[in-house]
Amino acid sequence: MQIRTVTEDYIKDLLDKGIREDGRELTSYRNISIRKGVIPSAEGSAEVMLGNTKVLAGVKLGIGEPMPDKPEEGNLMTNAELLPIASESYETGPPSPESIELARVVDRGIRAANVVDPKSLFIEKDKVWSLFVDVYILNYDGNLFDAGTLAAVSALATARMPKYENEAVIREGNLGKLRTENIVTSCTFAKIGKKLILDPDSNEEEFMNGRITIANDENSIRAMQKGLSGSFSPKELESLMDVTFDKSKELRRQIIQLGE
Amino acid sequence: MGGSNKPELIKDGKRLDGRSPDQLRPIKIEVGVIKNAVGSAYIEWGNNKIIAGVYGPKEALPKHIQDPEKAIIKCRYSMAPFSSLEEHGRTGPNRRSTEISKVTKEVFENVVQLEKFPGAEIDLYIEVLQGDGGTRAAGITAAAVALAASGIPMTDMPYSVSAGKVGDAVILDLNKIEDNFSDADMPVAISPRTGEMLLLQMDGNLTKQEINTAMQMILKSGAEISRIQKEALKSQYEKILEKYNK
Repeated sequence: MQIRTVTEDYIKDLLDKGIREDGRELTSYRNISIRKGVIPSAEGSAEVMLGNTKVLAGVKLGIGEPMPDKPEEGNLMTNAELLPIASESYETGPPSPESIELARVVDRGIRAANVVDPKSLFIEKDKVWSLFVDVYILNYDGNLFDAGTLAAVSALATARMPKYENEAVIREGNLGKLRTENIVTSCTFAKIGKKLILDPDSNEEEFMNGRITIANDENSIRAMQKGLSGSFSPKELESLMDVTFDKSKELRRQIIQLGE
Repeated sequence: MGGSNKPELIKDGKRLDGRSPDQLRPIKIEVGVIKNAVGSAYIEWGNNKIIAGVYGPKEALPKHIQDPEKAIIKCRYSMAPFSSLEEHGRTGPNRRSTEISKVTKEVFENVVQLEKFPGAEIDLYIEVLQGDGGTRAAGITAAAVALAASGIPMTDMPYSVSAGKVGDAVILDLNKIEDNFSDADMPVAISPRTGEMLLLQMDGNLTKQEINTAMQMILKSGAEISRIQKEALKSQYEKILEKYNK
């Protein structure tokens, strides 16, 4: 059990006045910085700081077999690790439902938005590229969904593409880039009392009763996930979609910038 | 999502199984199918066959998971290895079932009056015996009836159904073939008393307008699903009454 550093009343009183502990507006992000290529051994990598939340994503490519029902497509696998180093409350052991949910929501956005076209990972009959995206949570201060998606997509958007020649994988030397088709980002909202806030930090997540993540590209919604016991009205969802389309522009711009 | 050899899913406004875009598959619910469980329900939703069972409230174990202020819900959604037309599945939890168990648990944390049973656990089991698309929604719908039948106090009896898109058409309650070739899938659970969403997931490609259309279809179908849930509950007591009157 973590020591509650901020009381629920304190957070709620602030929200009633329309402000947050760190001075943000209800629908503002904390500072975001993305560093690409931090782990040169990986084909792609990116470290995202979202406030004090620190997430590292690594991309590796290897040779694999296609799934029997999709013989002409490569494999995409996304995993997330809530490392014990990242928080007092994380423990070692088998993956928790929380880490599985995080991985699957990040994965869903990437897949649904066709960030990497699985057909472009086909090599020859019974031989395809397997693309592994590992999302490593290094420091927890809330909103792992958006930080995780940002890190994963940034790593994909800046990854190099190994070559497969004479039955060997060439990972070094003169390599092209991994082909990406789209950019997806997500916006996560917490519900505390009746208030909806974007990008909750760990103090706010401690007291949220509902959470919604909306992943989108320029034109459409690509994935959504509601979490926790709280409920949302269809009307609230509508307004959160509007905020998402607005706020995602800046997130997308930061990812595009990495490639320039 | 997507895929080759895509069949024509909608022809002249009708779907492969003859339904209109906003039409539910036939739903049948039977209460009290597992004698050992405190509450149970069997649902046939199209070709889905699912059993939901409730045990508890009882002392939460191991002790360290107890919450001194309220009961906790343990939920297990699981698909039988023989439940699909495809190959034999693997027994035991996987990443998909772990996630579905988590979001299902969260649906019922909203409506079960947990504060009435501090330190207790309520076990909720959803066993998919045959799956044909929309198993999490059908499972939640059955679990709501099983919980109500168990007598555990609830503020509402949620229902769940999925909407999605094939081609340009938004459709309700996707079956397996539609789901395999759909452009989007959006399972939702609703608390009918408040009209609020207790479950919301989505993946694919939907505009805001399409999401609103899908949501309207889901909310409209709720009256029918809720009616079937309530009738199943009622018929259980009518049976007892009949026996008594004999």
